[in-house]
Amino acid sequence: MSADKSVRKVLIIGSGGIRIGQAAEFDYSGSQALKALKEEGIETVLVNPNVATIQTSHDLADKVYMEPITLEFMEKIIKKERPDGILLGFGGQTALNMGVKLYEEGVLRKYGVRVLGTPVESIMRSEDRERFKEAVEKAGGDVAQSISCNSIDESRKAATEIGYPIMVRPAYILGGLGSGIAWNENELEQVVKKGLEHSMINQVLIEKYLHHWKEVEYEVMRDKDDNCITVCCMENFDPMGVHTGDSIVVAPSQTLSDTEYHYLRKVSINVIRELGIVGECNIQFALNPNKLEHCIIEVNARLSRSSALASKATGYPLAYVAAKLSVGYTLPQVSNKITQVTSTCFEPALDYIVVKVPRWEARKFPGVDPNLGSQMKAIGEVMAIGRNFEEVIQKAIRMLEIGREVTEDSPVFEDTEKIKEELKSPTDQRLFAVADAFRMGMTVDEIHDISGIDRWFLYKIKNITDMHEKLNKVRFSDDGFKDELVEAKKIGFSDNKIAECMGVAPERVRTLRKHYGILPVVKQIDTLAAEYPAKTNYLYMTYNGSFDDIDFSEKGEMLVIGAGPIRIGSSVEFDWCTMNCVWELKKKGYTTVVANCNPETVSTDYDMSDKLYFEELSLERMMDIIDKEKPLGAIVSVGGQTSNNLAYSLSKRGVTLFGTTGRDIDSAEDRHKFSSMLDRLSIAQPEWDSFTTMKGVKSFVEKIGYPVIIRPSYVLSGSAMKVARNESELKEYLSGAVSLSRDYPVVVSKFITGAKEVEVDGVGDGRNAFIGAVMEHIEPAGVHSGDASMVIPPVSISEGVKERIYDYTEKISRELGIKGPFNIQYMVKGERIYVIECNLRASRSMPYTSKSAGINLIKTATRCMTGEPLPRGLVTNHLKTYSVKFPMFSWARFKGIDPKLGVEMVSTGEIACMGTTFEEALIKSMIATESGFRIGGNVLLNNVGRGVAEKLKKAGFNVMTEYDGTKPDVLIDAGDDSEIRRELATLGVPIFTQMSLIEAFADALLKKPKMEARELKEYWRLSGMEREYKIAKIENGTVIDHLPSNKAYEVLEVLGVRKGYPNSIVSMVTNLPSSRLGVKDVLKIEGKILSPEEMKKVAEIAPDSTVCIIKDFEVSRKVNLSKD
Amino acid sequence: MQKNNTRILHAALALRDGSVWHGKGFGATGKITGEVVFNTGMMGYTQSVTDPSYTGQILAQTYPLIGNYGVSRQEFESDGPKIQGYAIYELCRGPSHYTSTMDVDTWLKSGGIPGIEGIDTRELTKVLRNEGTMLGALEVSENPIDVSEILNAAKTAEDPNERNLVTEVSINRPVTYPGKGKRIVIIDCGMKAGISQSLLLRGASVTRVPAEYSTKKIMDLSPDGIFISNGPGDPKMAIKTIKTVSDLIEYKLPVMGICLGNQIIGLSLGCDTYKLKFGHRGQNHPVMEKSTGKCYITSQNHGFTISPESVKDKDVDISFVNVNDGTVEGIEHKKLPVFGVQYHPEARPGPVDTGYLFDKFMKMVERSK
Repeated sequence: MSADKSVRKVLIIGSGGIRIGQAAEFDYSGSQALKALKEEGIETVLVNPNVATIQTSHDLADKVYMEPITLEFMEKIIKKERPDGILLGFGGQTALNMGVKLYEEGVLRKYGVRVLGTPVESIMRSEDRERFKEAVEKAGGDVAQSISCNSIDESRKAATEIGYPIMVRPAYILGGLGSGIAWNENELEQVVKKGLEHSMINQVLIEKYLHHWKEVEYEVMRDKDDNCITVCCMENFDPMGVHTGDSIVVAPSQTLSDTEYHYLRKVSINVIRELGIVGECNIQFALNPNKLEHCIIEVNARLSRSSALASKATGYPLAYVAAKLSVGYTLPQVSNKITQVTSTCFEPALDYIVVKVPRWEARKFPGVDPNLGSQMKAIGEVMAIGRNFEEVIQKAIRMLEIGREVTEDSPVFEDTEKIKEELKSPTDQRLFAVADAFRMGMTVDEIHDISGIDRWFLYKIKNITDMHEKLNKVRFSDDGFKDELVEAKKIGFSDNKIAECMGVAPERVRTLRKHYGILPVVKQIDTLAAEYPAKTNYLYMTYNGSFDDIDFSEKGEMLVIGAGPIRIGSSVEFDWCTMNCVWELKKKGYTTVVANCNPETVSTDYDMSDKLYFEELSLERMMDIIDKEKPLGAIVSVGGQTSNNLAYSLSKRGVTLFGTTGRDIDSAEDRHKFSSMLDRLSIAQPEWDSFTTMKGVKSFVEKIGYPVIIRPSYVLSGSAMKVARNESELKEYLSGAVSLSRDYPVVVSKFITGAKEVEVDGVGDGRNAFIGAVMEHIEPAGVHSGDASMVIPPVSISEGVKERIYDYTEKISRELGIKGPFNIQYMVKGERIYVIECNLRASRSMPYTSKSAGINLIKTATRCMTGEPLPRGLVTNHLKTYSVKFPMFSWARFKGIDPKLGVEMVSTGEIACMGTTFEEALIKSMIATESGFRIGGNVLLNNVGRGVAEKLKKAGFNVMTEYDGTKPDVLIDAGDDSEIRRELATLGVPIFTQMSLIEAFADALLKKPKMEARELKEYWRLSGMEREYKIAKIENGTVIDHLPSNKAYEVLEVLGVRKGYPNSIVSMVTNLPSSRLGVKDVLKIEGKILSPEEMKKVAEIAPDSTVCIIKDFEVSRKVNLSKD
Repeated sequence: MQKNNTRILHAALALRDGSVWHGKGFGATGKITGEVVFNTGMMGYTQSVTDPSYTGQILAQTYPLIGNYGVSRQEFESDGPKIQGYAIYELCRGPSHYTSTMDVDTWLKSGGIPGIEGIDTRELTKVLRNEGTMLGALEVSENPIDVSEILNAAKTAEDPNERNLVTEVSINRPVTYPGKGKRIVIIDCGMKAGISQSLLLRGASVTRVPAEYSTKKIMDLSPDGIFISNGPGDPKMAIKTIKTVSDLIEYKLPVMGICLGNQIIGLSLGCDTYKLKFGHRGQNHPVMEKSTGKCYITSQNHGFTISPESVKDKDVDISFVNVNDGTVEGIEHKKLPVFGVQYHPEARPGPVDTGYLFDKFMKMVERSK
């Protein structure tokens, strides 16, 4: 038996832009699938407009289509590629829904594309409520039923069918008003009566009341021969009621007895069989904590967030194996990559515990409802591995980087009343409520009764708070302190926390700890609890063990610090940066060591790097790893702010950092130093200053005038940055969210209205800089660069401005000695250019610029960081195609938010599409956000001028200007604050608040551009690029051979052109190895034949040069300047 | 409930290789010796601890957190703890489960079983994986442990596999669990309760007899089928039982065996058994049914197995093999209604996927008359 040989080419649908509920986990699962198919020699075609992903690269997929995932584009791609099969299970709900659509519309049949793995029929059965219920019951499972009733009589019948207790929920009502619980028929009548009154459509839902039931998930696999296994069982810390995506989750299950575990396992296997799934599915159960009884809540017949977590928790690569099963393999035929001797037909045995804790952002936005419920609100998550629950939950909370540990002396909640409220209706703070509760003397039973959290978890948290109190009492110099220290470290206390309790510096705790030999050990994750040796280095650190699993004799390690959890402002793009850095380091022969803690990502896949430390990205842990591994050095510039923040501390402790030095980072980040540097270079920036008093702020603002941007260096709550347009706004802000004091100065800068924002992504090698691409924001300045729509190349700034931006960028880069990736943000008003910000690290936009320009900036930067000069022949591509990046928003998940874009970032993800015209790229990317924005749809206008309305009408939209309560497809509302906007945001209506964008869109539609689906490389080809580095790919032009490099600038000067101008004829000055053309050192002057005068000038400066005239990639004539 | 101010007990585990593992004690105080084995199951400690097959063994759990859901009689596989000693990483002091009546510490203390916690069980497992299962000594005491003494105890420990452990754990006189259907006689070699319950559930009337009950006495019970249970130790020590089974097969009675029962069937049919380096103990072992090619995840607990070479010239087929290491996981007589499996279809602890084998056996019984 072997794989299905008839499958030679497979189409994989990705999950599109990141939004709440659908994040980086699908980059991971898609990447795994691509890897699995590649091993089989199957050609892969990926469709995913999520530009920030790792999967949208030719390292993994043979063909990459960054095009909208719509029926129209999918058909175009299928028609073009004619794949044998299609995979629907690796791109979340987006891919699954699209797959069903392609099937229902007959597209798959028309082009003879087979659905591989789980059949569409099974998917449809799992998605349709009624058919699902039927299937589950046939398999011997119970379903959490919900019956809609319009009368008390109907309700009574339904309740009898379901069984008491009953939850009654009014249909179509916001905020859960009128819900109630009935334990018997009498109570039911009362509750239903009230519910019917509250419902707008006089209807109630009768459901089984699963109050405080446990929530448990199984990851189940089945192959075509009906072999079934359950790979992982995960248990939620939070009982039923909190979405599993918002729950704290442990694996393996902790409080289930063997009887319960196998009772549910058996149901899981029966259900996967009944549904006929081939591959993977996730089954969510509610389990009665007081008797052997369950309800199946949901089955996901695809890879999911939970399956990504389970893969990382167990070391069993679910997506990889599922992909193998989909092309005809059976479980016993696929080998376990960790042991390399056993098969994947087994169930992992863990000898450690993991916990997942979600990361929320709702509190960033004032007025947003923080309560957790049936709709997921978390944006990212972390996973911690250890050998007891206390250790992992403490690690996990630190991994979140929220500035709090599990237990703090300063409580979150004032009193037990507030705590009880929180425990009853949990928010993202409930774990802290539990800790506060213990500190305030509440008991395990009390907390359990209110919250429903299993006592087992509560005992463990109590162990933590008890230890905290103990640590507060002992002194650093006490004799018995060693024992306390050992105990504290075993249950996850950080050196920082211990030091805080002792009132000493954390370094002293570390020194003492090392003196006593209290050190963590390194353990391997091997799927078989040490029964078989592991061949991979999937590692974690723990104080609950005595021996390291690996030895550290190998040399040549390079530590790459990853990006941590996904949050607003730090998403999958930094994983792309991390992985591309790792790949390049590997290529250069380094032993790569990755540290990261986000289970959703590709970088935490154990066979992506040579060693993976699934660890907290704290200074303490990084130093632990460095102490063990003794690496050559560390790279901190590819993991976004998280890793960058460690730069100073690591370098202070003698760790060699590869890339821009700590001192130069400081020059860029210290506003005063940076300012004086810009002054030296005669580069302008908006006027700014920092202040510690209100008086200072006021007199400065009087001088420069409103509006101003205020950035606090310390934020108490709410948003970090604000634009003040008048004195009252300024006062309100400075008295509210921000404290103004000597310790916490605020930075006030002039907000330039009506300006354009332009960004540059580049790489420096310490001397020279390479500009990858210039991006222009479509919205005016003032919209956070993470929320702005952008276009490459710029479409509305003048050539002169572009020239100067190139020039400034080079000057700044050289002055700072940038060695690695960088990003500079400019503001352009007319012909004036201001520098706003300079970041000496990988930027959010690096995958976008890299993919748009066809040059991998991170791989290039990695070479520079490890000491290589910028590659010869690296040229800034003068793009002939357009690439538009568009943000993804998750408004509906932030109930109560005003979705007006501003200086604070609110988007959760992004997509980018390309086109041969700006219009094509813009329209495609707008479609690709899956916002429901469709031409011909209903557009509601509010606070918008008439001109736009006319344009939109012309473009085919049904324009409404009055809100009558019917849900429009899109809302365009440019007002300052708007009730309609808040309301429609909650309902998930796409909203546009920036007129410039809408006008651009309307204009684009009116031009009716041709919309094509093209492979990424096709765009590069259309832009004149064959490969990533276009070395000697000169179609027509002049090449100056043997030009001494020190003469290059001079020659350019004489020719009246300067390096790096967009659309200019000269694209490079460095010496270009060009063996293909038979010339060694060349100055490429693309598309231009030198005039005799120009030749003469060049001959004067560089008499030894030869000029070659290139036609159709071949040298047609060579002229030696000194002789001829 | 969570116990505070628990007593502090010293504990050490010494292995024959000369290593000593220091930890904290729990359960009963005292010094014992036994064969140190590891189990990779993540739950099901109650079933394992009460499984008579662990007689003579010091059981190490690879999963670090033990005792989370306390102890419930509903999960007992025999009348009480059967292991010699318990070696784990962390004992739960605050168990939580509606069926729990006590914690593991109290349970083992009352059962007279010493336990050690706080040792690096992953490292211990790696030692056993590399060196093979080893004899060892475990001491739990209120006083500090004398290292040389415990090392000596480990070095001079008697190998329990040199005794016939089966007779030590079998019942003394027959017990009948009445049912309406066919009469199955279980030869109790250290039977797990799950076996009799699996048969009773399928309507059988079950009589459980001592391991060395004679063929004649068994035939006097006029059985419709014979079942040979699991049990501890080296199957070759159970000489009388092997002979009895060999005789019973002559009567052409349907026979099924589990674990040691499987080995005894093999030995009675002339096959040979041997000791595995570190055995199979866990709940995640894949086996493949040779006739169908299908795989099942099984619960396992054995240190011995049937040698595949010894099967070749016999009237015996290998019916199941282990997917990971290819060892024999089941045999079936070519002509007679006799079969056995090395793993545990009765589960408890572990997956219930192969429960169909009891149906197969009951069908054989139905057909044979």
